[in-house]
Amino acid sequence: MTAPKKNATKLVPVPTTNRIPERDVDKAPILECRHLGIDFGGLTAVNEFDMAIGRTEIAGLIGPNGAGKTTVFNLLTKVYQPTRGTILLDGKDTHGMNTVQVNRAGIARTFQNIRLFDNLSVEDNVKLGLHNHIGYGMFSGILRLPAYWKEERVAHERALELLSIFDMQDMANAKAGSLPYGAQRRLEIVRALGTNPSLLLLDEPAAGMNPSETAELMENIVKIRDTFQIAVLLIEHDMSLVMGICEGICVLNFGEIIAKGTPEDIQNNPEVIRAYLGTKNEEG
Amino acid sequence: MKRLNAMSRTSRVNFLTYALVIAAFVVLQALSMGGGLSATLQGQLVPVCAYVVMALSLNLTVGVLGELSLGHAGFMSVGAFSGAVAASALQGVIPASGVRLALAMLIGAVFAGIVGTLISVPVLRLNGDYLAIVTLAFGQIIKSIIENLYVGVDGSGLHFSFLKPTVTLEQGGRMILNGPMGIPNIEKISTFLAGFLLILITLVIIFNLVNSRSGRAIMALRDNRIAAESVGINVTKYKMMAFVTSAALAGAAGALFSLGQNTIVAAKFDFNTSILILVYVVLGGQGNMWGSIVAASFLTILPESDAMRGLRDYRMLVYAIVLILVMLATNSPAIKGLFGQILDRTRSKKGGNTP
Repeated sequence: MTAPKKNATKLVPVPTTNRIPERDVDKAPILECRHLGIDFGGLTAVNEFDMAIGRTEIAGLIGPNGAGKTTVFNLLTKVYQPTRGTILLDGKDTHGMNTVQVNRAGIARTFQNIRLFDNLSVEDNVKLGLHNHIGYGMFSGILRLPAYWKEERVAHERALELLSIFDMQDMANAKAGSLPYGAQRRLEIVRALGTNPSLLLLDEPAAGMNPSETAELMENIVKIRDTFQIAVLLIEHDMSLVMGICEGICVLNFGEIIAKGTPEDIQNNPEVIRAYLGTKNEEG
Repeated sequence: MKRLNAMSRTSRVNFLTYALVIAAFVVLQALSMGGGLSATLQGQLVPVCAYVVMALSLNLTVGVLGELSLGHAGFMSVGAFSGAVAASALQGVIPASGVRLALAMLIGAVFAGIVGTLISVPVLRLNGDYLAIVTLAFGQIIKSIIENLYVGVDGSGLHFSFLKPTVTLEQGGRMILNGPMGIPNIEKISTFLAGFLLILITLVIIFNLVNSRSGRAIMALRDNRIAAESVGINVTKYKMMAFVTSAALAGAAGALFSLGQNTIVAAKFDFNTSILILVYVVLGGQGNMWGSIVAASFLTILPESDAMRGLRDYRMLVYAIVLILVMLATNSPAIKGLFGQILDRTRSKKGGNTP
């Protein structure tokens, strides 16, 4: 499974058009997409998607419904294999990897329509995030060897520690499916963090949350970035969140990037205003 | 009692399941030694143990992994025949029947596990109904293969032939497996104690597997495959782990079963038997191990009791209707809500486990 030569030769450093925050500029970007695209049959869902994300950047991906934002997430996590282009994670081509391998390489995600393990406890959900960091196998588990007790205790402590980010450690024994909506969204983030990612993809993390919950979520996303020193790419329709915490923003429309830049650039970009943001006194 | 309350809900249920099995064994063993059991019931003790293990192992696939398998009797069959052949071939070598039985069960488990591994390669690429249909087909294939297999033993070892009984044996050799005629004159070495121990071992394996890293991954696949992949869980590996463990346990149960019978034929382990075991699992509750034990025990003994003799011929008909009713009931929100209310009420009366 070697990457095709055609892709490999293209990997000369190209200046990326979106602005990586000052502090990350001299480090290689954690994620770089070049000419990324996918067709479903004759339909081009995403085309010529170029983006770079800094080591500790919080980046946003916005655009109208059906613009292809979630498709980009699915390309990055290899739910779909791209038709064209390259994805470089930490400088390494992810060509030929599957979802599981991409996760192990450092991309974790949440889902637009929440996907938890509903019948398992909150703690078990987080422990499943930690799955690849728990080091004992099937037989140690069945025979209850010392490795089982040791590793499970470590996993238990780590799970509670991660849950404490969102102050959820008291819910550890509740069934994930029985949690209120907002808590389910937060649990998905905790589970994703358990996999120890270097890039966290959040698909509409604030959907269905009220303004005070959203404000709290914004603080927490920044806190997560600061404590774990990771990059975050988020899809969101709540402009207060996007403009509030994102350092770089990428706007998609009909599968193509129509603008890239800082929140100020985006807010003043006439094409973005026309296609997505709208004006205060719009004329129909 | 205090310690029992301090345990988590899962470990309390597991503990009570072990207690239930041990209590049932003690009572039945005492009755059996005191002559308190009828001859029919006495004869049913070993098959009941075998069917309980079958139900438990199928529950691992259906309840824990969440995939419907309709060929579970096939694995029982593999275990039954490989175990019985092994026990028969080792008759002269190992005189102690207990050791021979244990070895036969182990061999049955290994063979069923191998067949399970081979089958799982194509089967586990599928999901849901398609997987169920293919397992059904494999169950039939296993039956047809064993019906055409001839095995004999002589001084130089085991001899096999397929489709035609062309096994030539030295002086003093004998046929063990005779194609569609199966294995006649089996030396009955299975005991109730062995069956009880097999149930205990099965419970330990299933409970410890479920409450470990691997078991969590298996249940994650059941609850949400896409999310499981997104956190780096290898779908094929854990599906296979559940499927093969389930097959191996069924193989051990098959060996226990066959060595408690006078004769076995491949036709015994057909589609009806697979469905029968599925009925135990569904009636006992998917993922609910003590439910499987109770359902398998009662539904094996009831048709044999004198009162139910008349209904025996209609057994499959009754089970089919019961299966449909249970599925309708468990999928009806009205009935679910009713049960939920009753449960909540009993829980709050007990002083509450409610969060």
